[in-house]
Amino acid sequence: MNRLGRMAWGLVLWEILSGLALTLRYFFSPKATINYPYEKNPTRARFKGEHALRRYPNGEERCIACKLCEAVCPAQAITIEAEPREDGSRRTTRYDIDMTKCIYCGLCEEACPVDAIVEGPNFEFATETREELLYDKAKLLANGDRWEPELVKRLELDAPYR
Amino acid sequence: MIANIVFDIVALILLVSAVMVVTSRNPVHAVLFLIVAFLNAAVLFLLAGAEFLAFILAIVYVGAVAVLFMFVVMMLDVDFSALRQGFQRYAPIGALVALALFGELALVFAAFQLSPGAAASRLYPAPQHVTNTVALGELIYTHYLVLFQLSGIILLVAMIGAIVLTHRERKRAKRQDLLAQHARTPAQTLSMVRAGLGQGAEIPDEKKETIR
Amino acid sequence: MNAFFETNIGILILTVLESLALIVPLLIGVAYLTYAERRVMGAIQLRKGPNMVGPFGLMQPFADALKMLMKETIIPTGADRILFVLAPMITFGLAVVAWAVIPVNNHWAIANINVGILYLFAVSSLGVYGIIIAGWASNSKYAFFGALRSAAQMVSYEVSMGFVIVTVLLCVGSLNLNDIVLAQRHIWFAIPLFPLFIIFFISGLAETNRAPFDLAEGESEIVAGFFVEYSAMSFALFFLGEYANMILISAMTTTLFLGGWLSPIPFAPFTMVPGVLWFLLKVMICLFVFIWVRATLPRLRYDQLMALGWKVFLPITLVYLVLVAGVMEYCGWLPHA
Repeated sequence: MNRLGRMAWGLVLWEILSGLALTLRYFFSPKATINYPYEKNPTRARFKGEHALRRYPNGEERCIACKLCEAVCPAQAITIEAEPREDGSRRTTRYDIDMTKCIYCGLCEEACPVDAIVEGPNFEFATETREELLYDKAKLLANGDRWEPELVKRLELDAPYR
Repeated sequence: MIANIVFDIVALILLVSAVMVVTSRNPVHAVLFLIVAFLNAAVLFLLAGAEFLAFILAIVYVGAVAVLFMFVVMMLDVDFSALRQGFQRYAPIGALVALALFGELALVFAAFQLSPGAAASRLYPAPQHVTNTVALGELIYTHYLVLFQLSGIILLVAMIGAIVLTHRERKRAKRQDLLAQHARTPAQTLSMVRAGLGQGAEIPDEKKETIR
Repeated sequence: MNAFFETNIGILILTVLESLALIVPLLIGVAYLTYAERRVMGAIQLRKGPNMVGPFGLMQPFADALKMLMKETIIPTGADRILFVLAPMITFGLAVVAWAVIPVNNHWAIANINVGILYLFAVSSLGVYGIIIAGWASNSKYAFFGALRSAAQMVSYEVSMGFVIVTVLLCVGSLNLNDIVLAQRHIWFAIPLFPLFIIFFISGLAETNRAPFDLAEGESEIVAGFFVEYSAMSFALFFLGEYANMILISAMTTTLFLGGWLSPIPFAPFTMVPGVLWFLLKVMICLFVFIWVRATLPRLRYDQLMALGWKVFLPITLVYLVLVAGVMEYCGWLPHA
């Protein structure tokens, strides 16, 4: 096409019209967004969410205060203090995770010899204050009690690959 | 009655803002007061029944001319202390010039009088049955056609003059040619060249023109 | 009762009531336009948009308004305080004032004045002052850049807009908006003056600083342009002003080109529908296009913007004006007022 022809063609605004047609098609197409608080995306069995301390089926804490997780934690988010309990078994007296430091790498989970500390499927633990994110042992054990069925299932699914 | 009160108020605002144009220290404020003055003048036109003129005043002066004024004035970086330098030295001369001007004006106005036949010799009385837009059109495009067209030509000449005086073609400035850009195809600009080790690529001659 | 409305006081009360009847729906319309924009843009970008506050998120605009009201108004040091506060008021005030002459139905305008279209044009050309003053009074580089850009832009696009309006006036023979609509009984001006219709609409986009002409805001280059320094209610006023201006330009397009309140299909079941509804429908379609265009086109570069205004729109409108004048003179269609 010569220059004049191109100029005249430019006045038709074909590119703009085709662009508008495209956006109009998207306007009517089904939306990609899920309706979040009511709908959620499925998570994988290895999803690294909020931490939990697990118990044995008889109610005894799994954690034996070996401090491997504390040692491996790259963000140094875990603080453990331990002393022998009355029955002579070795247990933690303090097990804190600073969730504001945690980078959710999952190394604590990997390091744990008794599957006590695990990262669960929960990702909705936003809080209104910073202090609420400094988890102590009670909070972590409560998490474990709350999520236990799912935690078991996740470990089961992941077992073949360990 | 109400029209008189409105006239008094508007005229007062007009005068006050006109004074403020001259006296305000900040040039941007001065331009804004000028705009207020224009708008009030437009209201005065409205009160006089000349709605076409009123809105033309608002559109042309307030909407376009004053915007450009603002545009320039806002970008001025005026150093007021530098402006005040030598005020003392030049004050007497300034006062002398002002006095001379004032004297001339006083003389002119003292001798000024309306000719007794002025009202009768007006071409058109105030329009009665047509809107004043129509009346103005009938006047401008018949009796004052030549003058009207001449003033248009003067404005055109002024515009061309301003463009000629300020426009300069910069040789090194990059210009975009949209049509040429859109018409380009990969074949015109892209060539696959296998560069030998340590030799670089040779650009084919016909492609050299398209590379800027 | 009728006699009472003939007196000065009666006329005053009547005018105030009429204004309220126009301004209140207008403000609600502005509020829901912000909502509609977010929903439509969301839909085009495959999102849902706000849908949580109230049914379908319909209370969202009021939640936003409440949030704006609760925030703190910050006036920067070094700002020209009076002008800084005045600027958003000017923007919003002008956007509302212009509605006085828009006929929403036959003779349904607050002021059915002889030079209605000039009034509209004058008010919309004053709109630039809110932006310039805001940019200058903020005492901030970015705000100032935004103000300069929008000043140049609005003056440029007003020129071609003016020529479009002149061409329409040529076909009508009156500056009265009511007459302009009635002149479209047989055919909407959008059909014979199609190129001008498009140019008017695009100039309207530029006049309201909407995408793809939103250089005065230009988030990616100059943060938010002329209202960087504004917060809380003064920011909200700019926001409301922008949307009110969008509705105004849509109403102008409707009045000048789309037959105002006239029914698009001129026989029985359609002419029974009140004209206001047709008017609203047409305005809403225009507004949808405003949003649609924003979701589609990227922002123009500044020199492209100027080139479009002066080198494309101005010549086309001028030539078309002469063409229309010639055709009408030749065929003897000129309206004689």
